[in-house]
Amino acid sequence: MKDAQSSDMSSEAAVSVGTSWLGNWLDSRTGYRAIVKSALYERVPGGARWRYVWGSTLVFAFMTQVVTGLVLWASYSASAQTAWESVYFIQYEMTGGWLLRGIHHFMAQAMIVLLALHVMQVVIDGAYRAPREVNFWLGLVLMMLVLGMALTGYLLPWDQKGYWATRVATNLAGLVPLLGPSIQQLVVGGPDYGHHTLTRFFALHAGFLPATLVLFLVVHLSLFRKHGLHAKQPITRPDAMFWPDQVLKDAVAMLAVMAVVLGVILLPALRAILAGEPIMSGHLGAELGAPADPSEPYAAARPEWYFLFLFQFLKVFEGWGATGEFLGAIVVPGATLGVMFLMPILGQWKLGHRFNVLFTIAILAGAGLLTAMALHEDYYALWADRTAFADVEKLLDSTGGDSKKIAAALGHDENKIADFQSRRHKFEAIRRSESFLSAVKQAEIDAERSIELAGRPEKIPPAGALSLVRNDPLMQGPRLFAQHCASCHAHMEPSMEGADQVFAKSSAANLFEFGQESWVRGLLDPKQVATDAYFGNTAHSEGDMVSFVSDDFTDEEVWEQSDKEAVIFALVAEAGLLKDAGKEKVIKRGMDLIADTDRCGSCHPYRKNETEFGYAPDLNGWGSTEWLVGIITDPTHQRFYPDTNDRMPRFGIASEGGLPALTSEQIKLISLWLRGAWYRPAVMKKVELVQDH
Amino acid sequence: MTEGSYDESIDQKKKRRSFLTGVVAMLCGGLATITPFGAALWAFLDPLRRSSGAATFLPLTDLKNVPADGQPRQFPVVADRVDAWTGFKAEPIGAVYIKRDVGSDRVEALSATCPHAGCFVELDKAAGCFRCPCHNSSFTLDGGIVAPSPSPRSMDSLECDVSKSGAVSVKWQNFYTGIEDKVARK
Repeated sequence: MKDAQSSDMSSEAAVSVGTSWLGNWLDSRTGYRAIVKSALYERVPGGARWRYVWGSTLVFAFMTQVVTGLVLWASYSASAQTAWESVYFIQYEMTGGWLLRGIHHFMAQAMIVLLALHVMQVVIDGAYRAPREVNFWLGLVLMMLVLGMALTGYLLPWDQKGYWATRVATNLAGLVPLLGPSIQQLVVGGPDYGHHTLTRFFALHAGFLPATLVLFLVVHLSLFRKHGLHAKQPITRPDAMFWPDQVLKDAVAMLAVMAVVLGVILLPALRAILAGEPIMSGHLGAELGAPADPSEPYAAARPEWYFLFLFQFLKVFEGWGATGEFLGAIVVPGATLGVMFLMPILGQWKLGHRFNVLFTIAILAGAGLLTAMALHEDYYALWADRTAFADVEKLLDSTGGDSKKIAAALGHDENKIADFQSRRHKFEAIRRSESFLSAVKQAEIDAERSIELAGRPEKIPPAGALSLVRNDPLMQGPRLFAQHCASCHAHMEPSMEGADQVFAKSSAANLFEFGQESWVRGLLDPKQVATDAYFGNTAHSEGDMVSFVSDDFTDEEVWEQSDKEAVIFALVAEAGLLKDAGKEKVIKRGMDLIADTDRCGSCHPYRKNETEFGYAPDLNGWGSTEWLVGIITDPTHQRFYPDTNDRMPRFGIASEGGLPALTSEQIKLISLWLRGAWYRPAVMKKVELVQDH
Repeated sequence: MTEGSYDESIDQKKKRRSFLTGVVAMLCGGLATITPFGAALWAFLDPLRRSSGAATFLPLTDLKNVPADGQPRQFPVVADRVDAWTGFKAEPIGAVYIKRDVGSDRVEALSATCPHAGCFVELDKAAGCFRCPCHNSSFTLDGGIVAPSPSPRSMDSLECDVSKSGAVSVKWQNFYTGIEDKVARK
């Protein structure tokens, strides 16, 4: 007792706010000394302890979120055309925006960890027992509010990750019986996701939820002061005062939390310094995915790590349909929360308290286990040995997965079949993991490219960053090509491993670097023109072009080497893809040779040679965007192959009453991509934060 | 050593320890707290770093659209504009009054922004003067102050250029309002 008093007196000196005239004046008007005193001189039975720091660190974390959140708010714009864009601006263009957003993002995650620790400490210490039951319930409400803020905050950047995760979360809310669809529609702000989803989520995230949280926090703290700190039993040490002993421990814990958050943000910078690479400050802190696109599948969609256990838990109910999801997403979590609300009552009995402790540990351990399972499934391919399953893959490929055929292939040996099934299961897990990992990789590439596009000197158009993404040949070209062209055409560097096998499987020319010097050289090379990479697998494999290149073009009396070179450069120049300058004379010579009706011009219309359309493709503007758009739109057009088109669909021509396979915009994107015509940033943006000199 | 002084020295030690604990607590707490506040302030001050860029001549109209009758006419100033993350193509960003005196090939340009408080000055054709609807600042057709006026200076003239082909362009600038001197915003 005496100890506590003496420390009371001495510490009073440490926080002495002064006995000056000003201090007295202010005190007489406000009574602030009594307020400070009552705030700081709370008795801590049994002395300060580390286990009491979690509540204070949570308040500190919340304060951090309020401060950083308010300034983020000052730069954030909640609409489908501006949310991603404003977050991009905060992260990549505003001074210190990356740090501000990084702290907000990672402190939110730290809060979840601190919450778990706080709940655990309260339950284990039995701090929920009478008369503190109400405060425990208030704490549970606070926990739900924090989780609600985490959930709503995830959507606000309006990137693919947040968008798809939120779609799942709101669809699950729709499973609540009777009211579900209405709840979903209210939260989403209508039947579909858009402006009002963002404005409502933002209002929840920055208004309703934090305001409610502050109200509950005030009551929570005042009840905490009313009942005093629940000391860890048995008390073996003398009492102490909150100030300065417990405050020191709290402050050290707060500093540690902040240090961890800063560490997570700055770790990539440290790594870059060690590797001698420039630091891109925009890449520090919270990530930003590609802009939300409801038309673009996002196989990398996962909730934030602290909700991953729920995601995994839902898989337990796979195959149960909507009932299963209702059970997994609503009933079981609801029941768990229900048990937690009953804890103070159960805790009145010794056995009840033990149950509570075990239950809490079981829940946390279960959540940890489910999280580990989710991660294991997703990243399985990183450590699994795929080659060990080569036979499984082969058998699956040859049988098409048909169980009867598999059984027959295994000689109807039940042991072999059982063994095969278990290995098939593992192999499929590897495949699923592989496709997840490649989706994550693709998401990273898309995010990086979106950010590159947003950083163009012209900035983002008023229609938003999604319009940049949708009109970018580099992002859309490969997707469209894969969907519409790749079943016949390859697009692969010939020197790459396995390229020959790919060419052998394709039924039309390899279009890698189409129109560029390398491609034209190959086309006019007698050794290559009839290979799988050019006309080999087409109806033109024995056509006039192949025989021209194989025979006439090799006749050195007619075609001197310099003439051949001139034709190559003239064609590349026609495509507008010539990289070297100062070849005007050679190009002019080549153009004359192409137009010559005794040479290329005998079949191909070019310039004023009056060769008629229809026999061979028009070489005017060959390989240009316009030419490519033309041939993709309609290869049977008289400029191209009106009579000799080999299986290529007329992508831009609609059959009667229908729609064309590709829109004119899509055809243009493919053409631009084939020509390598997309935006490239002039210089890498380096940021001055820390740099090697 | 008496018992009393022994107690005192223990008290002293405790006081000193407690004082040190307080100082370290404040230091740690202060460091932890200053981080989010510092980051928030750093980002919040970002607008101070931005400038509107150097004033450039922007094409306005053709000389034949400006009759030589000494009457000012309003023209929109159209330019590409960047607003934080959005880039606007050819958007009206303000307005100027252009006047050509009888028989002259020279044009004069006045910014439509009132030098008093930045409202849009209107042309009162009936009264033959410019009038600001906010606080009734009035200006002659040459932009000169009509006293008494809340405006501290005449309307802001803008540099004008007429090319040989007759294209009129104006050096678009914003000026600080409410002061006697005409100082361009950076």
